[in-house]
Amino acid sequence: MISEQASESIKRKFSLSRSLRENPITQGLFLISPANIYLFIFIVLPLILVAGLSFLSRGTYGQVEFRFDITNYTRLFDPLYGKILLFSLGVGLGTTVICLVVGYPLAYFLAHAPAKQRSLLLFLILLPFWTNFIIRIFAWMIILRSGGVLDSLLQWLHITQAPLNLLYSPTAVMIGMVYEYLPFVVLPLYTSLEKIENSLLEAASDLGAPPWKAFLRVTLPLSVPGMIAGTILTFIPSMGMFVVPDILGGAKTILIGNVIRNQFLTARDWPFGSAASMILMLLTMIFTLYYTRKAGFGEELLV
Amino acid sequence: MKSEFAVEFHDIVKIFPTPEGGQVNAVDHVSININHGEFFSLLGPSGCGKTTSLRLMAGFEWPTNGDVVIDGEKMGRKPPYLRPVNTVFQSYALFQHMTVFQNVAFGLEMEKVPKEEINRRVNEALEMVKLPGMGKRKPKQLSGGQQQRIALARALVKRPEVLLLDEPLGALDLKLRKEMQLELKALQEQVGITFIYVTHDQEEALTMSNRIAVMNRGKALQIGSSVEIYERPNCRFVADFIGETNFLSGTVKAIEKDRVRVEVTSPRQEITGIGIGNLSVGQAVAISIRPEKVHLVDDDGSEAMDQNKKENQLKGRVTATAYIGSDTRVVLELGTGVRMKVWEQNAISTLDPEAYYSVGDAVRIIVPFENTLVMPEDIG
Repeated sequence: MISEQASESIKRKFSLSRSLRENPITQGLFLISPANIYLFIFIVLPLILVAGLSFLSRGTYGQVEFRFDITNYTRLFDPLYGKILLFSLGVGLGTTVICLVVGYPLAYFLAHAPAKQRSLLLFLILLPFWTNFIIRIFAWMIILRSGGVLDSLLQWLHITQAPLNLLYSPTAVMIGMVYEYLPFVVLPLYTSLEKIENSLLEAASDLGAPPWKAFLRVTLPLSVPGMIAGTILTFIPSMGMFVVPDILGGAKTILIGNVIRNQFLTARDWPFGSAASMILMLLTMIFTLYYTRKAGFGEELLV
Repeated sequence: MKSEFAVEFHDIVKIFPTPEGGQVNAVDHVSININHGEFFSLLGPSGCGKTTSLRLMAGFEWPTNGDVVIDGEKMGRKPPYLRPVNTVFQSYALFQHMTVFQNVAFGLEMEKVPKEEINRRVNEALEMVKLPGMGKRKPKQLSGGQQQRIALARALVKRPEVLLLDEPLGALDLKLRKEMQLELKALQEQVGITFIYVTHDQEEALTMSNRIAVMNRGKALQIGSSVEIYERPNCRFVADFIGETNFLSGTVKAIEKDRVRVEVTSPRQEITGIGIGNLSVGQAVAISIRPEKVHLVDDDGSEAMDQNKKENQLKGRVTATAYIGSDTRVVLELGTGVRMKVWEQNAISTLDPEAYYSVGDAVRIIVPFENTLVMPEDIG
């Protein structure tokens, strides 16, 4: 009797697993599970942790207490943080726009360089990545500080008389940020530009377009995917940047990234830091989504 | 007042550097005059300079030496956007980020044609290439043949003096290509624009063109009508490239009015034919005999008899045959390794195997003098 029941249940189990195996949906889920597991461990899980933390409260000694608390979010509506957030947005946008403006000609030049030189030039663009990022930013201190490399050069060329006092200013932060993110704009732009067939520009010229018109009507629209990729790669990380403002901005320039870092490392208020992270993420996401929609991301990718 | 010619090439030379540091004459002292309203083809194997010649007309390249004259005006180093010509590219080069309408309208917008006129002309052009109502689509959504037509409409809508076509049908399948050949020809007659057509397909060139320039290694070897270049090729290369032919090599023995007597090396015998170009006694020449312009008779072993002195006779043995319906293709061995292709028309309907040649048959090949062409081995 018992054995019969057992065999029945085994049979049922077996048939269930078989139906699972034959179901295209479960089959598909099974096949993509390595990717899913990866995404879960490295993206979903940390996100859940941060989101959960943001609703807890800080204990007296900086520990996390399991007590529901919404004030982490309400505190962020303090005009002080609002200002920092807006300023960060401005710096992020500024960095992105300057990177695009500076990076476009560079990418264009790269894409049109003779094939032999191209790989060398690309190598040179990637060369800075061989050195630690923080060391490179420290190098900018030497360049930008009063009486530093830049000042000496400008004075030697008689362009300026007095030191510019660039270091520890928002300008220094922008310079550092543009420097850091420029390759992230140049490389996708280069890929986009390099893909544009020369025959398209010949066709434009053949149809009566002088070079600048051919650029505006053909090259520029066809490089939009590269511009979008470059923008996303620059804007998102620059919003959370804290190393550059720390080193080149002194105490004067504080971005939202610095606020978050300070909450975790200095103030030991993890819940508040988490809440700030969540808000930053939300803002970035809204911004990016809006931007890609506007730029016709989906359609351009089809090309 | 129209100029005498639509396009003139005055002794054009175009030199490109090679990757190895050398130089190559892509176009080598070419002079061509192309008439208004003509369908003119540049025909040759790849690397012969035909596409470079076209690009010199379009303005994508500038000649190293010589003048390109379009509609009586010296082009010099004029850029493409200032020339009264338009190009249909081999790859179509359609703007994928624009709709079909925007693609066709592009050239008119550059001319600052008023909006209403653009609308009207673009729609007319789309109708002309039989794609009305396709304006809102993107090029990627169309088939290869349709994209081809858009490229054509985009160039024709500008009403250029000359339309340049760079192997425009190369990417289409055979059936579509045949269809488009007829359509293109009809279109050209309808609009009356000079078409300059680059192709490596000799059949395409023969069917469509008023005149053809056969090119090889940067030189225009022969310029003439389809009939002229097929029936009177001026050198071995042209005879070989256009259609099929058999060659015998020899030296000129005597020249009598329009007849040339040649001492052939293998098989060792004398052959008489029509001389093409300036030949002189003792010159090395090629004899071209087209496979459809001979006929075979059974060899009864007797000596060659040619009382009326009108035809050459060669002896051979059948080594292979292929029945292809309209004719039987026979391969003959003339002795000492020289082979000859002959196409015997199957003029009589019969099942009798005796009526067809089979391997091993000894035959006599009859070639009338006027079908035997004696030409220089090489010119230019």
